[in-house]
Amino acid sequence: MRLRPSPLVIVATLALGVLFLKPILVTSQTTTPAPLSAYQVGKEKSGFIYLDAPLRAMQNDDFSNPGYLWVQKGQALWSTADGTNGKSCQTCHSAAETSMRGVGARYPAYDPKSGKVIDLEQRINEMRVDMMGAKPYKWESPQLLALTTFVKLQSRGMPVDVTTTGPAHAAWVAGKTFYDTPRGQLGVSCQMCHVQHAGDQLRSDTLSQGQTNGFPTYRLKWQAVGSVQRRFRGCNAKVRAQPLPFGSQQYVDLELYVASRGQGLPIETPSVRR
Amino acid sequence: MDQTVQSRLLVPSTAKKGDIIEIKTLISHPMLSGFTKDSSGKTIPRDIINTFTCTFNGQQVFKMDLNPAISANPFISFPVRVDQSGTFEFTWVDDNGKIYKNTAQITVS
Repeated sequence: MRLRPSPLVIVATLALGVLFLKPILVTSQTTTPAPLSAYQVGKEKSGFIYLDAPLRAMQNDDFSNPGYLWVQKGQALWSTADGTNGKSCQTCHSAAETSMRGVGARYPAYDPKSGKVIDLEQRINEMRVDMMGAKPYKWESPQLLALTTFVKLQSRGMPVDVTTTGPAHAAWVAGKTFYDTPRGQLGVSCQMCHVQHAGDQLRSDTLSQGQTNGFPTYRLKWQAVGSVQRRFRGCNAKVRAQPLPFGSQQYVDLELYVASRGQGLPIETPSVRR
Repeated sequence: MDQTVQSRLLVPSTAKKGDIIEIKTLISHPMLSGFTKDSSGKTIPRDIINTFTCTFNGQQVFKMDLNPAISANPFISFPVRVDQSGTFEFTWVDDNGKIYKNTAQITVS
C-alpha cells in the first residue's frame, strides 16, 4: 500500500500571455506497488482490481497519474486566502498532510449543524461560507474537484471508515433503499449490476462493484477528474432515469451507503478508472 | 479543467556525464479535437497542443508534432543523453497560439 503523500509546490506566474510555470521537480517515484490483495477486503473489491496492467501502472505512478494536475491545483487553493475574512484553509488547518489525514476516509458524515449527512464537497463549501466568508464553489467546478481531491489524497492508503450508526443511520437506510430500487425505463437498480453481476461482462466492459474508495477519480472517458455524484448521474442516465441534481440529499445518502459497502478498502484518491 | 494550464516535469536533478536520462512531462490541456459538438449542435473549434519542443542549453533535443487523436492532458516521455550541466526548456504551443513554458536544471558531474 502506498502511504506516501508526495509534497509538491507549484507557483504559477502569468506574464504577458505567456505562461511561465515554475518547475516542480518531483523526486523519485519508485515505490513497490502494493499486492492486489491490498485492494480487497473480504468480498469487497476496489475498482483497481478490475483495471488492466497499464492503467494500474498509470495510477501507481504519481507523475503519470493525470489526477495529480488536480492535486497540484488543490494544493495551491489550500493556501490561497479567499472571502471576506481573509483566510485560507491553511490559516486554521495549517499543513493538510497532518490536519486532513483521515478526514476523507470518514466522509460522508453526519453534520450536527445542518442536522443531516453531508459529503466532503459540502463540508468544504460549508467551511468556505462559515469560516472564510467566501462563496461556495459550484458543484463539479474545477476548484471544488481540486480541493476535494487534495483533501482526500491526504487519507490515501487509509481504510474507508464511514459511520452508519447513530444519527447517520437514517441516511444510510435511505441510501440503501435508493441502491436497491429499480429505476428508469430499463428498471434497473444499482445492486443488480454492482452486486448481482459484479465481475460479469456488460458488452465489452467488466462490471465492477461500484466502490467509491478512489473518488474523486481521473476517468479516461471524462479525460478529467470527477466526483462520485457525477458518476451516479452517469449511471442513472444509462438506465434511462432522470439524473438527480448535484448535491441532492438522495445522492449524498447514496454516497454514504456505497462508501459503507467498501468499508475497509484503501482510499486511492486520485485513482485512474476507465 | 479550467483554462489555467499547468505543466509538470520529472527531470533528474543530477546525472553522470554521458548518462541517458528519462524525462517525463505532463500538461493540462483539453485537446479539443474539432470533431465534437456542444449541446446546441455547434462544432467546438479545434484547440490542441500542436507542437512540443525541448531544448537543452538552447539547442533542440526533442520535438514532437501532436495530432487531434491525442487525449487530453498529454503525457510525453523521452530519453536524452546529457554531457554537461544546463537547463532544459520545454515549450508547448496550442492552436490558439498560446505558448506554455517550463524549465528544469540538471547538474552533470
